[in-house]
Order: sequence, then structure tokens, then C-alpha cells
Amino acid sequence: MRIPCPYCGERDVQEFVYRGDASPVRPLGEDGFYEYVYLRRNSAGVMREHWYHAQGCRNWIEVQRNTQTHEILGSVFARRVAL
Amino acid sequence: MAHFSLLALAKNALSGHRDWGPTWRNAAPRKAYDIIIIGGGGHGLATAYYLAKVHGITNVAVVEKGWIGGGNAGRNTTIIRSNYGLEGNTSFYEWSMKLWEGLEQDLNYNTMVSQRGVLNLYHSDAQRDAFARRGNAMRLSGVDAELLDVAGVRELAPFLNFDHARFPVMGGLLQARGGTARHDAVVWGYARGASDRGVDVIQNCEVTGMLRGPDGSISGVETTRGTIQAKKVGMSVAGSSSRVAEMAGLQLPIESHVLQAFVTEALKPLIPGVITFGAGHFYISQSDKGGLVFGGDIDGYNSYASRGNLPVVEDVCEGGMAIMPLIGRVRLLRSWGGICDMTMDGSPIIDRTPISGFYLNAGWCYGGFKATPAAGWCFAHLLATDRPHETAKAYRLDRFATGHLIDEKGQGAQPNLH
Repeated sequence: MRIPCPYCGERDVQEFVYRGDASPVRPLGEDGFYEYVYLRRNSAGVMREHWYHAQGCRNWIEVQRNTQTHEILGSVFARRVAL
Repeated sequence: MAHFSLLALAKNALSGHRDWGPTWRNAAPRKAYDIIIIGGGGHGLATAYYLAKVHGITNVAVVEKGWIGGGNAGRNTTIIRSNYGLEGNTSFYEWSMKLWEGLEQDLNYNTMVSQRGVLNLYHSDAQRDAFARRGNAMRLSGVDAELLDVAGVRELAPFLNFDHARFPVMGGLLQARGGTARHDAVVWGYARGASDRGVDVIQNCEVTGMLRGPDGSISGVETTRGTIQAKKVGMSVAGSSSRVAEMAGLQLPIESHVLQAFVTEALKPLIPGVITFGAGHFYISQSDKGGLVFGGDIDGYNSYASRGNLPVVEDVCEGGMAIMPLIGRVRLLRSWGGICDMTMDGSPIIDRTPISGFYLNAGWCYGGFKATPAAGWCFAHLLATDRPHETAKAYRLDRFATGHLIDEKGQGAQPNLH
């Protein structure tokens, strides 16, 4: 897999660290914390996920990737979603 | 169906082995069963076998979307062991090992259980201490474990790279009762044992939805071969657990990840047992056909693709060359990938669910094969009695909410690091 970094361009997957599904949002209080930490939709198909370009620009990026084919559909810089 | 004995062998030899007949009944689905098990892998078929044999429940169907044993049961590296150190794991895996030890007699099927030993190498003082602790925990629970120094390892495996500049071999933790088994034969043996006792093994029958009773409980499944009613539905579909659970409206603490494995051309006997490199992602054994079977870590990203990427191939081969340089000239024959249910603590789940009539056997990470007999035994116990089996009572679904995690590696809720 080669991942298109929005800053560095297309780079080998080895340069990146994987965090996982980008859709869960950290809750403000205790409610929903178990779901946030432990439960996953584990989608078969296109998924938004967080990758960290550790051996490149050291940006967190959000990649759209198909988990059934490993096809990568695009990437953007990760944004702070929670308050 | 065909059973094996010296007499049967002699009789069939006279007719040139053309009349053995099928091993199990390839059943068509009936309208209703007491219990449906989704997934015709080793775990599902073992569950059906023990339901029939131990609990006398034979009105059971195993529904499989492809052919039996075509998923992870056919993709693993066939290693059996019970060298776990945490309470909740040790006694479960030891129960599995005890069942392996009697499996061939029990099934009348040659599952080629070979207790050739599992050796975990250590390469630092800290790692030796950790292995000593795990070995002591095992021995306290009645499991065999032996801490070897470097001379002991040299005797077993003189070909290792003992003087590696960065990771010298300092010794190893040996479980002599560990070893390998023939994965396909395990599937076929359980299928025949279940089928002979009246269980319907239904292939090419994919579950597409769940049936709900008036009270919201699960009352059967929709499949590509029609609707099947059941009082209880258990799922045993490692790799696809999240997808099947979603049909029942259940979200799981599981991510699907790909694990790759490799086999080389056949060589004369070389590697005595199973050997794991303690400083990298590499483990190896030799099959009875002579191929070196080896693997490493999961690729590390969510995947349902049943194939991995090249960086892990390189990483595994580097690990192999570091510890066992003699394999450098051996040619690789095949590599493949399997989809693993990675849980949030690296341990499995055998439990009821919040949905009445729906039962879960999932989350085996990359270690489900060795657990096949005990997982089947305990899941059958749960389905038959609605109570967890004594050795599997720690594998609860709610442990992630209550904090009773079983984290052998101590990695926390990062499935790609277990």
C-alpha cells in the first residue's frame, strides 16, 4: 500500500503509524467512554481512518481506504473534531 | 460414514481404495433446529460435535457460507500449545491441550497431533525473568514448562544464530507438550463426528440476516438457501464476527486484521519443533511434508482482504534471517493471509449476548487454532446449559465495561498491537 500524504505526496505505508477508525469521537464526560474506547464498527468497505506520518512530515492524516480491497481513495489532514 | 481401522484398511486395499465413500453427510437445510451454529470452521464443528456427544443435543445445524474449513481453519500455522501465564487463560488452554492429547482416539481420525515442543527464545535478562514468571505460573496450574539456558537450547537447535550481535540467544522457555496438528484433519474429524451423531453440516449456505421473535429474541437465520428457525443461534465466524453480529444489531470490541503466513519448498527434517524468535516477529516449524511453515505479526491495519502487504513479508523474513540464517537459500513456495478477530485485550469471547437466543464465540485474535477443541467444548456447554464452562468463565463480553481484561501482552485497547 502507498498512502497519499497531503503534505509529502504518495509515500510507502511503512512510513506511517496506524491508529484506526477515525469516526469515534471522544466524549466530554464519562458517558459513552466505554463505547469510545472499546467498541468498533469494524466496517467492511470504505472507512475513514487516522494515520500518523511518523517518518515524514509528522502530520496526523485522515485516509479513506477500502478495507476489503486496500484501495485508497484519498486523504486530508486530520482535524480536531472534539471540543 | 467411513471409519478407520486396520480391518477397514485391509478391506479397502483389496478394492484399490475406490470404495471408501464420503466422510460426512453433505446435508440440505431443514426448516427448524434446536441450535444453529453459524460458521463451519474448526470451532463451529467442534461445538456441534460436543453438543451431540457430551450434551446429547443432536437437532443441530452448522451453516457455512463456503466449504467447511475454508476460512481460518485452513489458513493457520497449525501450532498447538498452552503456554499462557494469566489466570483465565492458563487453565482454558491447558484444557484444550488435554483434549488435543486424546483427540485422535476420541474422533477415530488421524489429526496428526505431534507434541514436538514449542520453544520461545529469550534474548535479554528482562525477557528471561518474564519467561521464568510465565513458566512458573504455568507449572503452578499443572502445565509443563521448562526454562532452558543457552546450552539447553543449543542441544535442541544447534543451527540458531546464538551470537547475534544485538539479540544473542540466552535461552528459552520450552513447553515440550506443545507442537502441531493437521488443521484440515481436525475439521474433517469433527465434521464426521458431528454428522454421524445427526448434526446437519450445511455448506454453501451464507447467513444474510437474523429472524426475530415477538419479544425481540433471535429465533433463526435468513440464509442464501432459505429461512431456518432455531431456538438458539451461536456464531463462530472468526474474521467476520463484526459483520454477523451487526445483523443482530450488536457492536463488538473487535477489529478485523490480516495475518500473513508462509511456506517454503520441502526440505529433509531440519527444525525439531516450533521455535519463536523473542526479539522480532518470527516463528517457525516444519510440516510433515517438509515445508518450513512460518509467520510473524499482523499487518497492523483493519482489513477484510485476506491478503497482506510487502513490508510485513520483508519484516518476517528479516526476523527469520536474524535468528536462523540457514533458511536464506530456501525458496518460498506460498504466502497467504487470514482475517483475524482482534479484540481490545488480545483474548477471546465465549459468552451470551444482550440479545436473547444469540451466543458468541469470537475474538480469537491470531491464536484460534490451538483453542479449537476447548472452544468447541466450552461453547457447546454454554449453548446447552446457558452457563459458562468453568475454564472459559473469564471470556466474558462485558469484561471491557467492567475492567476485567485479560491482556497477556499488556498493550491496552490497541488491537493492532496485540
